[in-house]
Amino acid sequence: MSALITEQQGRVLTLTLHRPEARNALDNRLLTALADALDAAAGDPGIGAVIITGQPRFFAAGADLREMASRGLAETLNDPRPAIWQRIDSFPKPLIAAVNGYALGAGCELVLLCDLVIAGDNASFGLPEITLGLMPGAGGTQRLIRTVGKALAYRMVLSGDAISAQRALQAGLVAEVHPAGLTLEYARTLAARIAGHAPLALQAAKQALRYSQESGVTQGLKQERTLFTLLAATDDRREGIAAFLEKRPPTFTGR
Amino acid sequence: MENLILCDVQQGVMTLTLNRPERLNSFNDAMHQQLAHCLTQAERDDSIRCLLITGAGRGFCAGQDLNDRHVDPTGDAPDLGYSVETFYNPLVRRLARLPKPVIAAVNGVAAGAGATLALGCDIVIAARSASFVMAFSKLGLIPDCGGTWLLPRVAGRARALGLALTGGKISAAQAAEWGMIWQLAEDANLQDTSIALARQFATQPTYGLGLIKQALLAAEHNTLDQQLDLERDYQRLAGRSADYREGVAAFLAKRQPQFQGK
Repeated sequence: MSALITEQQGRVLTLTLHRPEARNALDNRLLTALADALDAAAGDPGIGAVIITGQPRFFAAGADLREMASRGLAETLNDPRPAIWQRIDSFPKPLIAAVNGYALGAGCELVLLCDLVIAGDNASFGLPEITLGLMPGAGGTQRLIRTVGKALAYRMVLSGDAISAQRALQAGLVAEVHPAGLTLEYARTLAARIAGHAPLALQAAKQALRYSQESGVTQGLKQERTLFTLLAATDDRREGIAAFLEKRPPTFTGR
Repeated sequence: MENLILCDVQQGVMTLTLNRPERLNSFNDAMHQQLAHCLTQAERDDSIRCLLITGAGRGFCAGQDLNDRHVDPTGDAPDLGYSVETFYNPLVRRLARLPKPVIAAVNGVAAGAGATLALGCDIVIAARSASFVMAFSKLGLIPDCGGTWLLPRVAGRARALGLALTGGKISAAQAAEWGMIWQLAEDANLQDTSIALARQFATQPTYGLGLIKQALLAAEHNTLDQQLDLERDYQRLAGRSADYREGVAAFLAKRQPQFQGK
């Protein structure tokens, strides 16, 4: 069986990490499969949003340590992984993580890379790399501090301690916490709602939100206005406003 | 190894008997470790559908064994936080999270952490001769094993403060009158009463009972809005259980339901 299970419901694609024997450790193969699936989804007009999820007791418990152990300095310097992560990060549509159980190390970094996180009440998030004599290498130190702030980011990265779903909710890492048995279902409901909106508007809004992490506010506001203006030229904007005024549901075409 | 916890599983009920009768079943590290081991089994084994905790001999549990702490009045201050963090807190958390009913059959004196442990169980049945002693304050300590959280919730603030500050002792009858426990039993009937209730629970929709327990515990800190959302979620889960379907089918067919606990 493949380590990545894909399943589409309506306009929502669910990608399920499935390496239970390795607690979903993200080895190069699985990470590549994920990037390939997202590349395909990016070009598929039938897909409006993507959910990444794992197993009931673990989302992904880290990178593959055996794979990492075999790489010295030279191999690490020319590691293909950063390029794979980059491919995942450049996915232009809404990307939602539905997390039950452990999201540790690379698993937590994958969660941080997603646009939105829905967690089960049994979820925990941590970057334990430090306990292995290394450090986060796929965005952990950069995205975490921008997400939860200095105090908690240093606390987690330097100690290696994980935090609960509730703590992650308070800190802003997680958007919603649900009973674990309902996590995926509620994530799908939200994803379906998102995927029903105009594709170009979603893409532009995501781009603006992403850009806010890259630039100062002045630059960000300019970029936001440019994207806003671009949407003025779309059919879907006309349709969205017309449907609202005529009190009917809109029919978007992605143009 | 000494058997400090007697563990007996029958008809869906795991009975744990605290077994250091000569020390009124007070806790030491080895007893904590054995109890933790049994709890792991209770957590993993779906065929166990109710937990019953009681004490051997004339006491229920006298809390932490002070002899075991080897406090030397002239030596360095001990770190009591260590045993709280290592043993008592995980114990309280695990009992609270266990998605099945936990019954305490308080057969005699329950003092210190023994009292707060008992009061923290889902259902407390106490023998008429039993008593609860909030002994902590007399040694300069605070009620642990969930005591400070639990007391105001089961006894009300005024009584909680009175009990905790005076280090007071109340009889089982008084605890029953104050609504701190579920039931008072005559000494001779305690065992039969508690086992009968435990076995009854073991035939009930355990999954649903677990959700009820979690919902009531969550209510202690949730707002009404949060709790309403939680009720929606838990009811959604409960409605999908096999036991709910069996319950409805049995009701419509006017027969006794056969619950599997799932």
